[in-house]
Amino acid sequence: MKLQISSRLAIFALLELAAHPDQQLSVAEIGEKYGVSSHHLAKVMHILGRAGLVRSLRGAGGGYQFSGSVRRMTLLDVIELFEDWRSTDSASRTVVGTGEGQALREVLDEIDDIARATLGSITIATMLKLVDRHRGPGRRASAVSG
Amino acid sequence: MRATDVAEVISLDKRVTKIAKPEYWNEMFAGYGKSRRNERIFLVAEFGDDKAGRRIVGFIVGEVRAWEFGSAPCGWVIALSVDPDARLHGIGQTLLEAICIEFKNAGVSKMRTMVARDNQLHLLFFRSEGMMAGPYIQLEKDLDW
Repeated sequence: MKLQISSRLAIFALLELAAHPDQQLSVAEIGEKYGVSSHHLAKVMHILGRAGLVRSLRGAGGGYQFSGSVRRMTLLDVIELFEDWRSTDSASRTVVGTGEGQALREVLDEIDDIARATLGSITIATMLKLVDRHRGPGRRASAVSG
Repeated sequence: MRATDVAEVISLDKRVTKIAKPEYWNEMFAGYGKSRRNERIFLVAEFGDDKAGRRIVGFIVGEVRAWEFGSAPCGWVIALSVDPDARLHGIGQTLLEAICIEFKNAGVSKMRTMVARDNQLHLLFFRSEGMMAGPYIQLEKDLDW
């Protein structure tokens, strides 16, 4: 499964902010870590802010803060802000009335359902634990536990 | 798990699943709780004490299975339930940690379970405990094909 760059950036930014809940991080700081342009990331942060997942703080030392719940917000919640990955593609729509079209649709729906269940069951807190596991012992992504 | 716990387990399961299964739980107790062996585990979580009275707020059932579907010995969690009024207090986590110890004592290093795709509560819980998709895919079909 492939995610659009905006979805990936949004997940990385949220993980970064959730890992440092007491800090405010600028777009430049987040962008530097992941090697992405501030311009693109700023658009992503704007959408996250509009959805209430991050809070924008103005002034000197301003930036963004995580404002969701790490134990409730799932990857699906984030991804759905940026892409309609379940939409039926035009090619399959045109043949959906045929047996072949319906058979293919059934298989693709199975894949979508599994992807949806996976993304909808992994919270930001779970992702932070996964990050810690990949980093190895003693190098925690955050103080967030549970 | 004691014989006197079975009625409470039946009641808790009925409240959570909305389906009463007394025969099933009596059989489970006979097979998993009564004659406890290393590879069959039935644990309950209790609240209270002897003086104030105890009540069961959760249970977990597991078993070490070997070589089914070609799988090396592994600990299966086949049932886990927590009283809805007692959730968010780490009871499920405690039960899971307890059965992990039992599985390790039985000599296995992997734990497995199966969750309905639309059961987000259970999926969120097991994911938060670090469980990921395993190497098997569950398949089924209607028998009237």
